[in-house]
Amino acid sequence: MDLKTSGKPASVEEKEVLDAILSKIDQPDPDRNGKILTDGHGIPSFNSGGHRDLLLPALHALQERIGWISHGALDYLSIQLGVPPAETYGVASFYSMFSLEQAPETVIHVCDDIACRAALNADPAEAMGQRFGSDSRVSDNTMWVRSPCLGRCEEGSAALIQHSGSAHRRVLMAPFDVDDLANQMRKPVLEWTNTDSVRIPQRETAPDTLRLLRRVGVVDPSSVDSYKVHGGYEALRRALEIGPENVIREVKDSKLMGRGGAAFPTGVKWESVARNTVRPHYFVCNADESEPGTFKDRVIMEQDPFSIVEGLTIAGYATGCEKGYVYIRGEYPLAEERLENAITAARTRGLLGKNILGRDFSFDIELRRGAGAYIAGEETALFNSIEGKRAEPRNKPPFPAQAGLFQKPTGINNVETLINILEILSVGGIAYAKIGTPDSSGTRLFCLSGSVSKPGLYEAPFGVKLGDLLEMAGGVASGKTLKAILLGGAAGSFVGPDQLDIPLSFEGVRTAGVTLGSGVVMVFDQDADMNQAILRIAQFFREESCGQCVPCRVGTVRQEELLTRLATNNMIGSRSDELELFGSIASVMRESSICGLGQTAANAVESALKLGLFQG
Amino acid sequence: MSNGVAVSIQRTVKITVNGSEFTAPEGSTILQACRSEGLEIPTLCYLENLTPVNTCRLCMVEVQGSRTLVPSCSRKIEPGMVVNTESDRVQASRKMVLELLASSVDMSIVSDELSEWMERHQVDKERFGPQALPAQLGERETTHAGHHVRGDGTLAATVFEPVKIDNDQYVRDYSRCVLCYRCVEACGTDAQNTFAIALGGRGFEAHITTEYDVPLPESACVYCGNCVAVCPTNALMFKIEHDMRQAQTWDESRQTLTRTICPYCGVGCNLEIHAQDNKIVKVTSPLDHDVTSGMLCVKGRFGFEFINS
Repeated sequence: MDLKTSGKPASVEEKEVLDAILSKIDQPDPDRNGKILTDGHGIPSFNSGGHRDLLLPALHALQERIGWISHGALDYLSIQLGVPPAETYGVASFYSMFSLEQAPETVIHVCDDIACRAALNADPAEAMGQRFGSDSRVSDNTMWVRSPCLGRCEEGSAALIQHSGSAHRRVLMAPFDVDDLANQMRKPVLEWTNTDSVRIPQRETAPDTLRLLRRVGVVDPSSVDSYKVHGGYEALRRALEIGPENVIREVKDSKLMGRGGAAFPTGVKWESVARNTVRPHYFVCNADESEPGTFKDRVIMEQDPFSIVEGLTIAGYATGCEKGYVYIRGEYPLAEERLENAITAARTRGLLGKNILGRDFSFDIELRRGAGAYIAGEETALFNSIEGKRAEPRNKPPFPAQAGLFQKPTGINNVETLINILEILSVGGIAYAKIGTPDSSGTRLFCLSGSVSKPGLYEAPFGVKLGDLLEMAGGVASGKTLKAILLGGAAGSFVGPDQLDIPLSFEGVRTAGVTLGSGVVMVFDQDADMNQAILRIAQFFREESCGQCVPCRVGTVRQEELLTRLATNNMIGSRSDELELFGSIASVMRESSICGLGQTAANAVESALKLGLFQG
Repeated sequence: MSNGVAVSIQRTVKITVNGSEFTAPEGSTILQACRSEGLEIPTLCYLENLTPVNTCRLCMVEVQGSRTLVPSCSRKIEPGMVVNTESDRVQASRKMVLELLASSVDMSIVSDELSEWMERHQVDKERFGPQALPAQLGERETTHAGHHVRGDGTLAATVFEPVKIDNDQYVRDYSRCVLCYRCVEACGTDAQNTFAIALGGRGFEAHITTEYDVPLPESACVYCGNCVAVCPTNALMFKIEHDMRQAQTWDESRQTLTRTICPYCGVGCNLEIHAQDNKIVKVTSPLDHDVTSGMLCVKGRFGFEFINS
């Protein structure tokens, strides 16, 4: 059918940009072409061409080159892809990195999230406000906005520079310095480049304890040969030797549980994808790391990208996939560059593509970039995002192994989970299961941030005590007193100084009524403004809710309002009335939200209230 | 079949709801199974002739073994499933969902059934404080995803904004919009295949919109009015009804309903003519009519002016 558009023309440049993306459509995809796909909640979406999944890459291209997405360009793109303009607009307006109105060519996203606040004991965006005014426009060609966590928490401050035009680039700056920014802006050409950050204090003190991180900071992340010298691709060789069923058996024997937060047994997941008779199968690596305080996946992608390529290849082999995707958050330019390079290098060397290592196994990987939406890290929202839709989570069942990406059986694992596969194949599943505790096998990556002496990425076997981990990181910064630790991220919970003996294993945290989440250990000292931190968490969920279901869409708003009333002593009724109301809001979000975002949006706040961390 | 009567062999599934065991056809949802037994579960985004989207979370029920409550509109029954539709957990969630909605959306013109549920749960729309005033026209629509200005919490944020009147057929009063997705579905593949509207924005600022919020005459809208027909809260309203309500002349007790067949083409759509004071004020089609499933085209829906003239 014909699509109606406004008739507004796209500029020559806009057409060029889009044609370059659309030229990737060389032939119709026999699997997807001409089918009407259904979105998250089963609403069929118009999809005549079967290439709707190019929508996000095309919007990125416009944002990068033109600096915004004009009506004419959006119409042109919609016609080319056969997506109704209203739906294209709905997708573009969902993501915070896209602008639907003309914007300055440089946009600076300044992290004002909890980890940076805890490290600085101040609001990092305040310095920006003092220097440039709270009006977000700095000059005609630059503006700044506040940003949720940018995943450079170990540096204590961060900013993402999004620069558009012919010399477009994204730079993730950390630590972030207001004076440097002011100097840079006087120069005709921006000189910022992405810098490496490897903060693994264990490397100096106990390098032998590093398993998952053993190559990080040692291997050359751009070289497949360097990777091979450090043991790379031995796991894939082993996998091809023993065959897919035995790979799955090893993974099941290892008792590996997913590291993304839900802790589902990886082997079981793989098996259900492998056994599904519907074809094709897909495997996705979830690299949309956005949980405040989390930076582990970024470090691996930046410093040991081939391990992810290898891990994903093995996952694809075991589950019968020919195509894998890595979905990486848009705020990680260096990680994206390194990963893209690793994929290309692996392809050149016959480690991806047809007949890998001379065997009857073909597999390739495509990298997809998010555009500023925490919710896209929810696995079914991630599928929708790749498919060119709003990143709204789907109702489950069906689970991804039954109907995932493009409604096909799909395996999906977090970056950290996938690199554990290499370890499992290297030592054997049964030996791997002996690391850690009986119910939580293996080692875990912990992101130490906030007011801690040696912030950085740590690796320890499951079962390590929280206090021991804090000690490894040199304790609270500047010899200050510990006030609280946020465990597991914004979706996790606060624990007090008297809870340092919690064993960090799945069963240990369950007993303590907390969660490991994405491995966040964020330290708050005696001087931390806990009210501001907790309000920032409430703000985070209010701004990152997709808006689909009522409990989360309105509940996160009411939660933030309630905390603001408590903090400013503007209560409705008594404090205990407010706390009762909070309990009702928290409960409906937990019980009735569609996905994990809403279900956990009150966790940290609730724990803070319980510990008396929130004054008011 | 020798006797000429088709017999369909329908498998059934045995489930237990609120302590009583019964069977329902395999493939039914919990909601369908319960309704066939005369058990009431409130719904808002659900409509028989549309794909369930399970976004309103009003129909949540307790299923034994499930960590969270489950949406009865889309969860299929399984053998031995134990369901509770009236437990304290369910009631508490239901009340909160209604209160979160009523606190943020104008729910003053909803179905009698929904009003009853709200009364039954003693819904207090000001439980979270007095409601905030309407936004400027276009303000919510242009809020950048992931950004908002934090107030002092004393006013409960709302989706209130001025009514959008940009054509003679129907108005869009998004202060009443609960984001049930029904209009988007009706405009899309569930009925009309026009795709004039979609969800835009994110979070609390998510809203139903055309591309760049252009007025309907500039959009792909073909004025079939099917979005209006499926709207559960009168956020979408025929212009005649809107104007009469403004003039306080809308009076359903004085209206007559005449069922007829649309004279325009040969499809045979059933029409329900709503008339007040001998004038047609609204045209609908029965949801259970097998030709229309409640849907009409612009001719059937709006082509009656010549009678009134």
